Amino acid sequence: MESIIQQIFQQIINGLSLGSIYALIALGYTMVYGIIKLINFAHGEIMMVGAYAGWFATSVLHLPFLPALLFAMIVAAILGVVIERIAYKPLRNATRIAALITAIGVSLFLQYGGMLVVSAQVRTYPPVFPETMYSVYGVIFKYGDIVMLLTSIILMGLLHFTVQYTKMGKAMRAVSFDKDAALLMGINTNNIISFTFAIGSALAAAAGVLMGVYFNTIDPLMGLVPGLKAFVAAVLGGIGIIPGAMVGGLMLGLIESIVSGLGASTWRDAVAFLILILVLIIKPSGLFGKNVREKV
Amino acid sequence: MRNWFNRKNLVMLLGIVLIYAVVQGLIMTDIMPPFYKLTLILMCIYIILSTSLNLINGITGQFSIGHAGFMAVGAYVSAIITAIMHGPLILGILAGAIVAALVGLLVGLPTLRLKGDYLAIATLGFGEIVRIVFLNMELVGGASGFTLPSRITWTWAFVLMVLSVLLMKNFVGSTHGRACISIRENEIAAESMGINTTKYKVMAFTMGAFFAGVAGGIYANYMYIIQPMTFSFLKSIDILVMVVLGGLGSITGGIAGAIVMTLVSALLAGVPEWRMVIIAVLLIGMMIFRPTGLFGTKEFSLNFLGKKGDK
Amino acid sequence: MPLLKIDNLSKSFGGLKAVSNLNIEINEGELVGLIGPNGAGKTTVFNLLTGVYDKTEGNLIFQGKEVSGLKPYQVTHLGMARTFQNIRLFSDLSVIDNVKIAYHQRAAYSTTSALLRLPSFYMGEKTIQKKAMDLLRIFHLEDKAEETAKNLPYGEQRRLEIARALGTEPKLLLLDEPAAGMNPQETNDLMNLIRWIREEFKLTILLIEHDMSLVMGVCERIYVLDYGMIIAQGVPDEIKNNPKVIEAYLGEEVVV
Repeated sequence: MESIIQQIFQQIINGLSLGSIYALIALGYTMVYGIIKLINFAHGEIMMVGAYAGWFATSVLHLPFLPALLFAMIVAAILGVVIERIAYKPLRNATRIAALITAIGVSLFLQYGGMLVVSAQVRTYPPVFPETMYSVYGVIFKYGDIVMLLTSIILMGLLHFTVQYTKMGKAMRAVSFDKDAALLMGINTNNIISFTFAIGSALAAAAGVLMGVYFNTIDPLMGLVPGLKAFVAAVLGGIGIIPGAMVGGLMLGLIESIVSGLGASTWRDAVAFLILILVLIIKPSGLFGKNVREKV
Repeated sequence: MRNWFNRKNLVMLLGIVLIYAVVQGLIMTDIMPPFYKLTLILMCIYIILSTSLNLINGITGQFSIGHAGFMAVGAYVSAIITAIMHGPLILGILAGAIVAALVGLLVGLPTLRLKGDYLAIATLGFGEIVRIVFLNMELVGGASGFTLPSRITWTWAFVLMVLSVLLMKNFVGSTHGRACISIRENEIAAESMGINTTKYKVMAFTMGAFFAGVAGGIYANYMYIIQPMTFSFLKSIDILVMVVLGGLGSITGGIAGAIVMTLVSALLAGVPEWRMVIIAVLLIGMMIFRPTGLFGTKEFSLNFLGKKGDK
Repeated sequence: MPLLKIDNLSKSFGGLKAVSNLNIEINEGELVGLIGPNGAGKTTVFNLLTGVYDKTEGNLIFQGKEVSGLKPYQVTHLGMARTFQNIRLFSDLSVIDNVKIAYHQRAAYSTTSALLRLPSFYMGEKTIQKKAMDLLRIFHLEDKAEETAKNLPYGEQRRLEIARALGTEPKLLLLDEPAAGMNPQETNDLMNLIRWIREEFKLTILLIEHDMSLVMGVCERIYVLDYGMIIAQGVPDEIKNNPKVIEAYLGEEVVV
């Protein structure tokens, strides 16, 4: 009896750790979609670049965890802004499909361009945390798990604070509501959009570094699957809604953990897509979303 | 019958027969290098794939990026029939196409209400689910796939390609094709003009899936081996690039896009690492500078040869 | 029996009551106007009639049959066609293709026939082509048959929308602000056109309009809508002098 409860708790811990990574990535998707109605397909790749930046900081520059994290976040933020200016801005008034195709192009470019630059060979993260483990009623918490959860929670908290309580945040919400009205109110929408991309990318990079620490290895194609899953998480919570992304990410992490725990790990990826389709069919606006009618 | 034999159609027929005969001749006299033959047959396969995707995306305006899933169904089902059950080739391909069409129906029905990006992601999800299903299927060898004899010849590939394109072209040039186009142009207006948009959206998906299944059947019975990873999201992107390059909504464009991309891939066969990078840059560049592709929605037509009113 | 009977129709969007207890009757052959200030709910009524919106309460009886709950294309099959407040042409298609699509529901041959190019395909296409051209001729658009719809001048686009709606061979035609954006000359031509098509095609017409010269000049009866409710109905002279109507339009110039 005890060991089953232990196992359940173990899976919950794993699920929450994984889920918080998904949540960080999902936040970037949801923020960008909220502000320019674009599904940034390349977001998973920004996470990958963040992971590599973190690897560079820890393996080559020998920085400890926090500075490496910061370094990765800054690199990714810059990348995000650059991508937006070069590839997405020209398409602001194009059809959504054209923008989506462009985003797919950017994603492929980063993946395969990355392969050319750093080779397909995986890199390993050096051990960043002490190997200490804590045991609570037989459930094992690694030092790393705790740091990951804390980091995610702190970052999400910072984001929430920024969006709700700062002037920038208010401007972001205004632009996502009605871009033209915001422009007329004197808000520099281009800057706000860049700022949104920067924050979203920074969060993705944090996720990337955490992934590197959690799974140890990184490769140029690592962004694709977690990127898609994080997108599912964002849709689950309600795309464009920030708390939705957090909740969606955690839920997806938990569900995946349970599926793994039940022994069906080869179907793990399919589960995410199944959830996606169910959400889209039953309630496309997601858990927290509202339905918006088209005016005839 | 009289209607079929106008000058335009005869010229077209002549051209088609000529192309077939020349290539067949080169093959039978052993002049054609095997790599060229491979490329030509691949072209036939990709022409069917891009035209069928065009039916869904370009003509009807639905955004589907899981087309490789339908191809996979056609490939695997036909392979099961020809290699495991030792059935005739034509039966295998037909069965593969029909099952693929059923899957298309299954995908089309629930996703109807979705628009734009959401539909795209849903179809992506379906494509991946299909691939994962085959990945976990012991009967077809799971991840390593399985081998089967290569029974597709140039004749098979070319004839099936011509038939497929002809059928799809006939559909598009009819009132039913116009109904689909009206959905793309303005769905609410189409519905108000008496078009059963649900029926035609599903029809587009089903037909597109059917022909993707045909292409999958040809692929499987030519390539000696099929594996789930061939039919990944990247394959769907490859097909999408062909359609977009040629021009969404133009059948000629889809054919042109397929031919160009197959050639480009063949040329870059020596440097695979660069292939995807070039495709990526192509996609981005096209969307920014020429989103209508090579042909836009225009068709190449021999109308100048025909009398007024010929179709 | 009236051609169209709207019986106690109500529509709420969440807490907002867009249309309340509407009662309208239209007899065959009539030319009726639906007017009211902006936001009164006129287009909502059209959307309810054509199945774009679902009613909250009430009945919509067309030719004796209940039509609420039907999908738009089914309503069109039964003989109700409409135009839109903001032009909804198939802008990138040719003028004649726009009209041909309207003929789809009446003149379609089977899919098999299309795929295999059987004789019924060729006959069907010939019929559709002829009917479409005949219609364009009536609307003086036959020279522009191959022109892309979005390239037409605004007035002709509006005419094309009406022509297209007639391609569905309706009994009841709903026109949503057909004179929007037209100058007095064009409006005058439109008035004559509306009268003419009513005769020629044996139509019943319900029209929404803000241009009072058109409404007063062409409509036999008028319903006035304000805040989703009918506040007056009658012949043009009655409506012109109705104090409630004038009050609803207070601040607007009622040009007669």
